[in-house]
Amino acid sequence: MRFDIYDFTSFTQDIDRLLQENLTPFWATVAELTIVGVVILAFYALVGLFLVYAERKVCAFMQNRLGPNRVGPFGIFQTIADLIKLLMKELIPIKHADKILFNLAPFIVIIASFMAIAAIPFARGLHAIDLNIGVFYVFAVSSMGVIGILLAGWSSNNKYSLIGAMRSGAMVVSYELSVGLSLLSIVIFAGTMQLSGIVESQADGWWIFKGHIPAFIAFLLFITASTAETNRGPFDLAEAESELTAGFHTEYSGIRFAFFFLAEYMNMFIVASIAVTIFLGGWMPLQFGGLEGFNTVMAYIPPLVWFFLKVAFVIYLMMWFKWTFPRLRIDQILTLEWKYLLPLSLINTVLIALVVLLGWHF
Amino acid sequence: MNVIINYFKDIFQGVWSLIQGMRVTGYYFFHPRQIVTQQYPENRDKLVMFERFKGEVIMPHDENNQHRCTGCGICEINCPNGSIEILTETVINEEGKKEKRIDKHIYHLSMCTFCGLCVKTCPSDALAWGNEFEHAVYDRHKLTKVLNQPGSSLKKEPKSTAKEIKA
Repeated sequence: MRFDIYDFTSFTQDIDRLLQENLTPFWATVAELTIVGVVILAFYALVGLFLVYAERKVCAFMQNRLGPNRVGPFGIFQTIADLIKLLMKELIPIKHADKILFNLAPFIVIIASFMAIAAIPFARGLHAIDLNIGVFYVFAVSSMGVIGILLAGWSSNNKYSLIGAMRSGAMVVSYELSVGLSLLSIVIFAGTMQLSGIVESQADGWWIFKGHIPAFIAFLLFITASTAETNRGPFDLAEAESELTAGFHTEYSGIRFAFFFLAEYMNMFIVASIAVTIFLGGWMPLQFGGLEGFNTVMAYIPPLVWFFLKVAFVIYLMMWFKWTFPRLRIDQILTLEWKYLLPLSLINTVLIALVVLLGWHF
Repeated sequence: MNVIINYFKDIFQGVWSLIQGMRVTGYYFFHPRQIVTQQYPENRDKLVMFERFKGEVIMPHDENNQHRCTGCGICEINCPNGSIEILTETVINEEGKKEKRIDKHIYHLSMCTFCGLCVKTCPSDALAWGNEFEHAVYDRHKLTKVLNQPGSSLKKEPKSTAKEIKA
């Protein structure tokens, strides 16, 4: 294989062997879990900080503004300053709030996105866990976040929070269907639910190119429906500022608010990396049949660079339509899902099954 | 059949209109020269305010230190919150006649709402809007300004023309 120079499998196996030799099997497992946890946590915080900055800059440029430009060159330390401010803020206790659920809610939201990130393959051999039902796992775990949002709205003892949480619940339950069906279409193509297997199946071309028009439609459906799932604009009516103050996180302050904020951006990152893994070839370089020289040059770019470039592209797409379109009303959102996205994804899945049966894809 | 055609037409029209919207914002994103933000404290030297900007009320004086204020007091009457005070004095002019003229045109910037009624109603166009907007001071008495400069006088129209108009 061409991509063997960037294989992380031996690297992780070496670490595993080193730990097994020096520790008892139990403590070796504990040490491995700790290492993975710390690495993912650090990654989580860094990506969150960067995405907040990127969103503010992209949004500003699309609105003919400059965005943050005072803290550090081009304002790159703005989010760090914001984080320090949030850490020092008071955690305000709410009267008649359900204390346990109120404190629990941000953790549920953040744990849901934390679990989803574990299954994402960043390069060959570079993922925390490679389940043989990876697509199903990611899909199940990422929809757990809505429980946190519902609890936050319920326990806050605030009408705005409750309305925002209920809207979010109705929206996530409906859009889950389209997300599932569009992911299913590529599972039909690849014949496996293992995320690393899906990436391997794209070595000679990404599914968005190999799968003809149905795969492209599935990609569009996935991007639309998963934007709704992450509660981002134009589907951000769970926190519609003009109607609901801040929606489900109205009553939260300080670090608990920061958790919700961070989880929103991490969900965006997770959705983008799933889209990349399923549709855009994961960490596979861009390959075209017949262009040998081009393929060799592309294969020398490390898979991590490919992965993050693609994720950046998908995130840019999501930011692009967040800052272009106005927010939808609740009835418009449900109409879009039940009358348009769901029938389309059903038809699309049947089409893809036909394409696979007749062997029309490359 | 018609229903199905209309359904797909709906979808394509919707997607097309969304793409048109994204084209506008995409154009802005890749053309940073369109940015209109003024970086205020840094560009202080080059900052040019636009013509209709309402910074403060001023009384323009020409090169002979002459203004056009006759001291009629219409601006004082029209000011909704009393931020203008007109002090007049009576002097004897070179023809030996008594004449009323402006002594001090006092303008309380701290009470001004920048409605512009004084500038609009002045019969002799003596008042105008200035572009200065950095009004912060440590003592509020500094916000009370005398608009006519010391030693200035009324710019007189040639008398003959005034009489001709009357006749």
